[in-house]
Amino acid sequence: MSAIESAQKLKAQFGEILSEATEFRGELTVKLNDAEKITEVCVFAKKELGFDYLVDISSVDNYGEDPRWTVVYELSRLAGNVHLRLKTDVSEEKSELPTVTGVWRTADWHEREIYDMMGVRFRGHPDLRRILMWEGYPYFPLRKDFPLAGKPSEMPDVAFSKPAPLEGGPFVTVAGGKDSMAREPRVRNPEN
Amino acid sequence: MQTNSEIGYNSKIEGDVVITQVDAALNWFRRNSLWPMPMGLACCAIELMASGASRFDISRFGSEVMRFSPRQSDVMIVAGTVTYKMALSVKRIYDQMAEPKRVIAMGACASTGGMYRSYAVLQGVDNIIPVDVYVAGCPPRPEALLDALVKLQDKVSRQPVIKELEISNMLRSKKDRGEKVGTT
Repeated sequence: MSAIESAQKLKAQFGEILSEATEFRGELTVKLNDAEKITEVCVFAKKELGFDYLVDISSVDNYGEDPRWTVVYELSRLAGNVHLRLKTDVSEEKSELPTVTGVWRTADWHEREIYDMMGVRFRGHPDLRRILMWEGYPYFPLRKDFPLAGKPSEMPDVAFSKPAPLEGGPFVTVAGGKDSMAREPRVRNPEN
Repeated sequence: MQTNSEIGYNSKIEGDVVITQVDAALNWFRRNSLWPMPMGLACCAIELMASGASRFDISRFGSEVMRFSPRQSDVMIVAGTVTYKMALSVKRIYDQMAEPKRVIAMGACASTGGMYRSYAVLQGVDNIIPVDVYVAGCPPRPEALLDALVKLQDKVSRQPVIKELEISNMLRSKKDRGEKVGTT
């Protein structure tokens, strides 16, 4: 069963809450309109469609848009090397969606990383702690409104943090410049 | 000059005499067996391992005994990126080392934070512990680390041990008498 057939079967099972599969550079993406249904969709994808391997879960911060978060699931079937991407949106007010740790146990650390970096919570996760930063760190550093240099924080006997000196930066590269002068990294602050 | 006296020094039995200062002798003992505490945190640790292996052979300089206990080590080689999550552990291990203790900051990350101008990385290990020698490079070659070790040995051999001992004894007795000991 190819990825497109899998996507069609998924659509046939869940109907309205799934979008049609879109293809980009040979990769198929299916969008789920209701994040609350993510567990059922993943159970079906694993049990009926044979997606036995969850490659990764990642998150996107669509800063300034609503809904703000996009959570991306990379599904894979090792037999036949089939890959399918599943996306779902989560609003900033809610910032929560059901866990898929009951489907693929590897989702445990992926979901913890998203919670740590982006602050999106996974309901029903067995152990939703920070995974990279220390317990008690007050910010979510991969959010778009978090400064590149970091913010000061203090946790006695655990850790502290200070803003890093950027020496006039942040230096940002813009893709698609005409020549190397236009493409090279220059000081670009997010506010201007 | 040789002497035949029974109670004098008999160089035939006891060997030749070298006259030196106590400071110089003590420093000679210390400088040639600086046992490292390998604080390997990132890719610099690979170069640190290469320094210990046969091609570069850190034992030529008396530092082949990598001690994973801070109680037994003389120099902490901070090799790699110090994150804020690791920072207080590094400081704690430094505090557990016995005097005299020294620190080599190996590579750009340990010295200044390197390319990680980031929320997660301590911008130089000298923010939390005193550093004796900085090594440039990303990562530095083993020769650079060995050069830093030789520089550190020079620094050790210039140390006025007896004078420092006198000062620390004086400060301790002052403290025991209940007098205030200031650093100014």
